[in-house]
Amino acid sequence: MSVFILRRLLQSVLVIVAMAMIVFFGVHLVGDPVYMFITPDMDQQDIENVTRALGLDRPIWEQFWLFIVNALSGNLGQSFIFGEPALGLIIQRMPATLELAFAALLMAIVIGIPLGLYAGLYPDSVGAKTIMAGSILGFSLPTFWVGIMMIMVFAVMLGWLPSTGRGSTVDVFGIRVSFLTLDGLRHLALPALNLALLKISLVIRLTRAGAREAMLQDYIKFARAKGLSRSRIVGVHLMKNILIPVVTVLGLEFGSLIAFSVVTETIFAWPGMGKLLIESIQQLDRPIIVAYLMMIVFLFVVINLVVDILYSILDPRVRLGDRGQ
Amino acid sequence: MSRETILEVRDLRTHFFTKAGVARAVDGVSFSLARGEVLGLVGESGSGKTVTGFSLMGLVDPPGRLVSGSIRLGNEELAGLLEEGWRRLRGRRIAMIFQDPMMTLNPVLRIDTQMIEAIRAHVDISRSAARERAREALARVGIPSPDERLSAYPHQFSGGMRQRVAIAIALLNEPDVIVADEPTTALDVTIQAQILYEVQKLCAETGLAMIWITHDLAVVGGLADRVAVMYAGRIVEQGPVDAVLDAPYHPYTHGLIGSVPSQNRRGTRLTQIPGMAPSLLALPEGCSFAARCPRADAACKVLPDLLELSAGRTARCHHPHGLVETTVGEDA
Repeated sequence: MSVFILRRLLQSVLVIVAMAMIVFFGVHLVGDPVYMFITPDMDQQDIENVTRALGLDRPIWEQFWLFIVNALSGNLGQSFIFGEPALGLIIQRMPATLELAFAALLMAIVIGIPLGLYAGLYPDSVGAKTIMAGSILGFSLPTFWVGIMMIMVFAVMLGWLPSTGRGSTVDVFGIRVSFLTLDGLRHLALPALNLALLKISLVIRLTRAGAREAMLQDYIKFARAKGLSRSRIVGVHLMKNILIPVVTVLGLEFGSLIAFSVVTETIFAWPGMGKLLIESIQQLDRPIIVAYLMMIVFLFVVINLVVDILYSILDPRVRLGDRGQ
Repeated sequence: MSRETILEVRDLRTHFFTKAGVARAVDGVSFSLARGEVLGLVGESGSGKTVTGFSLMGLVDPPGRLVSGSIRLGNEELAGLLEEGWRRLRGRRIAMIFQDPMMTLNPVLRIDTQMIEAIRAHVDISRSAARERAREALARVGIPSPDERLSAYPHQFSGGMRQRVAIAIALLNEPDVIVADEPTTALDVTIQAQILYEVQKLCAETGLAMIWITHDLAVVGGLADRVAVMYAGRIVEQGPVDAVLDAPYHPYTHGLIGSVPSQNRRGTRLTQIPGMAPSLLALPEGCSFAARCPRADAACKVLPDLLELSAGRTARCHHPHGLVETTVGEDA
């Protein structure tokens, strides 16, 4: 197991270094941020001063080198706009995004697995067909459109739920969270559901496919031949086999929930990292863009590692395969 | 056959109601089983032997349904039981072993989990007591160091060992009857011989009755007390295993035995049964074997009854081997 983790860590470092290069040089092609600071009354000397102050006068290789050296000590650069460390700015916004992502993940599990299980166990029922048709909608409707429609229906027409912001928050260990107050929960509901919709559909499909396949296996028939109750067969024998692909996919998708909450955060004015990223792109605030992308890469790498470890807990065959090597 | 009868099956019919029509997978099967007896249920693929086994367990899934007939286990009538009734019975009084040991154990659950749950589904005992019983069952089927093996996962066992585990699971609640559906077909011959030996010992020691479903006549010859030959959903011949294999009455049994390679016919061509088994959706009128039978004639347009042709031996044929044809009626 430890050899396995060590090998995975080494691979992870390579991925991060490669991504650092792509992100850093890629962002430099997008546009020159100096022009964001120039006012019509500046002369050439002023422009050069600004360029020097931002460190943009040096050759790009040197800039990259400085970036790497600073990054190793945890400094991913200063925001051009805010004049504060980029990473600090992102981390400030992180709890909001994480809260949204976890809420969406929870919805995907709590709604997706039971619906998928039902659709898999009773594939010919009307309920199952409705669920499957619904999941196709969840897959194919674009997030931004669904988000706007949700605001239209639930916030504007019915007036049940608020459409923007986090509502009242509570400090837990210095982190602001919404989900502990009723008002916060009401604010969280719409954006979380919006973000979760695609994942719910995904989980439904995975669970259904897994259930249908597993129900035909001999081990299910053998479990029935042992006289086990249906709840034990479905809850233990079936679920443990279905959970393997569901955990794998959900783990990977959790990264994308965080990374791509951008759209949902923009629509619902949720003050998270995604909203910060969009604003930074508009203002060509390179350090924040780079820091954000680096953090997302880091996140994906960590999640992949955790999923692999979880996977080996769920599936004993993976564990043995590692020991054999 | 003076031993107490434990299982009595009468005119069992299990049909599958498919879009293409009604498939009569089991169509009037009757047999009985005494304590400690091994009945070999023989037939080619699609003859209905596996469906017979599942019918006895109440494990026939839609579109299949037990249409009529009676299954008496001890004093209890099983036909017509509801799911919960079947569940209480399965694994406790009648257990089953499947063909492919690589598939029957759940790959993500430990052996002890899968054994303990089988006990606790029927008996209200503590986990540790159930584990102890599981350990004894593993030891009984010849699994070395059962204590360690209990905590292992199925993939850590070989095929033969997994089948032993499956047999141990079937034995856990000391059932009256075990239905074994080709349990040694997927194993190599050495392992097969070991398992057959263990099973024979178990039946003799514990009075366990067994229905051994197979298409392997050699296995039946070495293991079973009696044999029932199935063809197209019906039993066509039944009797003590040595008598049936030495001098079969039914032309189908005759053909089956003729198609098995044996020592004393070395160098000659194996005989084969011409044609194919009929589709269960469109069974011919009368004897379903008639189209492939060298002895068939006009009389075979009428379904022959299962007649007792000699002591303890029945066959469903108008023109059985080994008897002068005109005397059939009088002999029976």
